[in-house]
Amino acid sequence: MLETFVEAFRQAMELILKGDPEVISVTVRSLHVSGLATLMACAWGLPLAFVLGISSFPGKRVIRGVFNALLGVPTVALGLILYLTLSKSGPLGLFHLLYTPFGMSIGQSILITPIVVSFTSNAVESIDLDLRDLARTLGASNLQTSFAVLREAKSGVLLAIVASFNRSVAELGIAMMIGGNIRYVTRLLTTAIALETARGETALSISLAIILMTIVFSISIIINVLRRS
Amino acid sequence: MARNILLKNIDKAYGSINALDSVTLEVETGQIVALLGMNGSGKTSLLKIIAGLEEPSRGSIFLNSKKMTSHELRQIATLVFQKTVMFSTSVYGNVKFGLAIRGICKKDAERKMSDALNLVGLAEFKTRRARGLSGGEQQRIALARAFVLQPEILLLDEPTANLDPANAVILENAVRKIREKDACTIMLATHNLHQAKRLSDRIVHVHYGRIIADASPQDFFSHPSNETTRRFIAGELQF
Repeated sequence: MLETFVEAFRQAMELILKGDPEVISVTVRSLHVSGLATLMACAWGLPLAFVLGISSFPGKRVIRGVFNALLGVPTVALGLILYLTLSKSGPLGLFHLLYTPFGMSIGQSILITPIVVSFTSNAVESIDLDLRDLARTLGASNLQTSFAVLREAKSGVLLAIVASFNRSVAELGIAMMIGGNIRYVTRLLTTAIALETARGETALSISLAIILMTIVFSISIIINVLRRS
Repeated sequence: MARNILLKNIDKAYGSINALDSVTLEVETGQIVALLGMNGSGKTSLLKIIAGLEEPSRGSIFLNSKKMTSHELRQIATLVFQKTVMFSTSVYGNVKFGLAIRGICKKDAERKMSDALNLVGLAEFKTRRARGLSGGEQQRIALARAFVLQPEILLLDEPTANLDPANAVILENAVRKIREKDACTIMLATHNLHQAKRLSDRIVHVHYGRIIADASPQDFFSHPSNETTRRFIAGELQF
C-alpha cells in the first residue's frame, strides 16, 4: 500500500515538474475562476461589510445574523439552487451561464460573499470608535474617515479576502454542478481530483491535490507575512 | 485682527439627558480658557461641539460674527482627546495624517512635523510605532499631531489626566509654547485646579451643563462668584 502511494507520489511530482498540459490547464482555470469570484465578492461584499461594521441602523443584527448563518451553507445545496436558476428553463437561463467558467465564478462569489461580509464587518466593528472622531478632528471628510477606518482594519480585511479565495478554490459542489467538469472548459482542480480518483488515476489526482494545497498554503503564508509587516 | 469665537445659547441633549443648557461664551484669540467642572458636567460635550464633531441640539457658534457649520469648525479647530487614540502606524504617520488630508507638500510637511515633534520633545521617536509608546509619550504625540495643523482653536480634553507628573509638565510647557508661537486660542477641560491656575488666562466653571462662573484665575480662586463654585474649589463637590 505504502509502495503504491510512494510510486503515485513520484509520478505526481514528475507530472508537475514536466508541466503536464492537463495539470497546467486545470490549475490556471482554478486560479482564474476563484480569483474572479473573490474579486466579485469583494466588490459588493466589502462596501456592505463596511456599512454593517461602521453604522448602526434597525435590522443590522438580522442582516449580520443572516450572513453568519450563510457561512456554513452546503456547497452542493447552493450549487443545486444555482443550477436550477441558471439552467435553460431557470429564471437566468437566458444568459447561458451554465457550464461556463464565468458561471462558476458567479456561483463561487455567492458562496464566499458571507465570508467577506462577516469577517470584514467584524474587523471594522472592532476598530476603536474614537478613531473616527480622531480622523474627523484632523480634518478628514466622511470618505477620508471611512478610508482611515478601513486602513486600520486592513489586517482583518486581508484575512477575509484570503479565507474567501481559499474557500472558493477548494470547493467542489458548485464547480461540479455549475461547471459540469468539462475537460479544457470548466474542469478545475477540485473537480479534476474527484474525477481522476474515481478513474483510478491516482498519480494525477495526487499531483493536483499537491498543487491545490500548495496554492492554499502559499497564499495564507504570504498574507500572514504581509499582515505582520 | 482678533478672531473672537462666540458660543450662543448652546444646548445639547442625549435622549432625555441635557448635557448642555443654554451655554453662551465668548473667547478672544490667543486666550487659554480652562473649563473646570465635575465629571459629566458637560465639558467634553462642549469641546466636541466646538470641534465640529457633534451638532448642538440648539444654538450656534460664530467666528467673527460668521455662523460656523460643523464642517467649517473642523477646519479651524482640533481636539486632543482625553483617551489617547493612535493610528496603527508610526509616529511620523500619525503626525502626518492631517497634513496629508490638507495636501501640504512634502517639504513643508517635513518642516512642520519636525517643529511639532521638537515641541513635545519626541523628535527622535519619528520612526517608532505610535502604539508602542507609553501613555505619556502617546499624549505628547497627540498634541504634536494637533499642533502641526496650526489650528485657530486648539481643544484639549483633560490632556494630563492619565499622565505622570514629568509628562504632565512637558505637556503643559508645550501648551504654553504653542500659545506663544501661534497665538491660537486654547480651550482646556481639566479637573486639575492647579493646572487651570497655572495655564489659563480665564477659568470657566461648568456645572450640570451650565456656565456658573467665568473669571480670571485670581478672581476665580480668591473671590468665587457663587456658593457652588466656592464649594467646588474647596473640594466639597464630588468629581
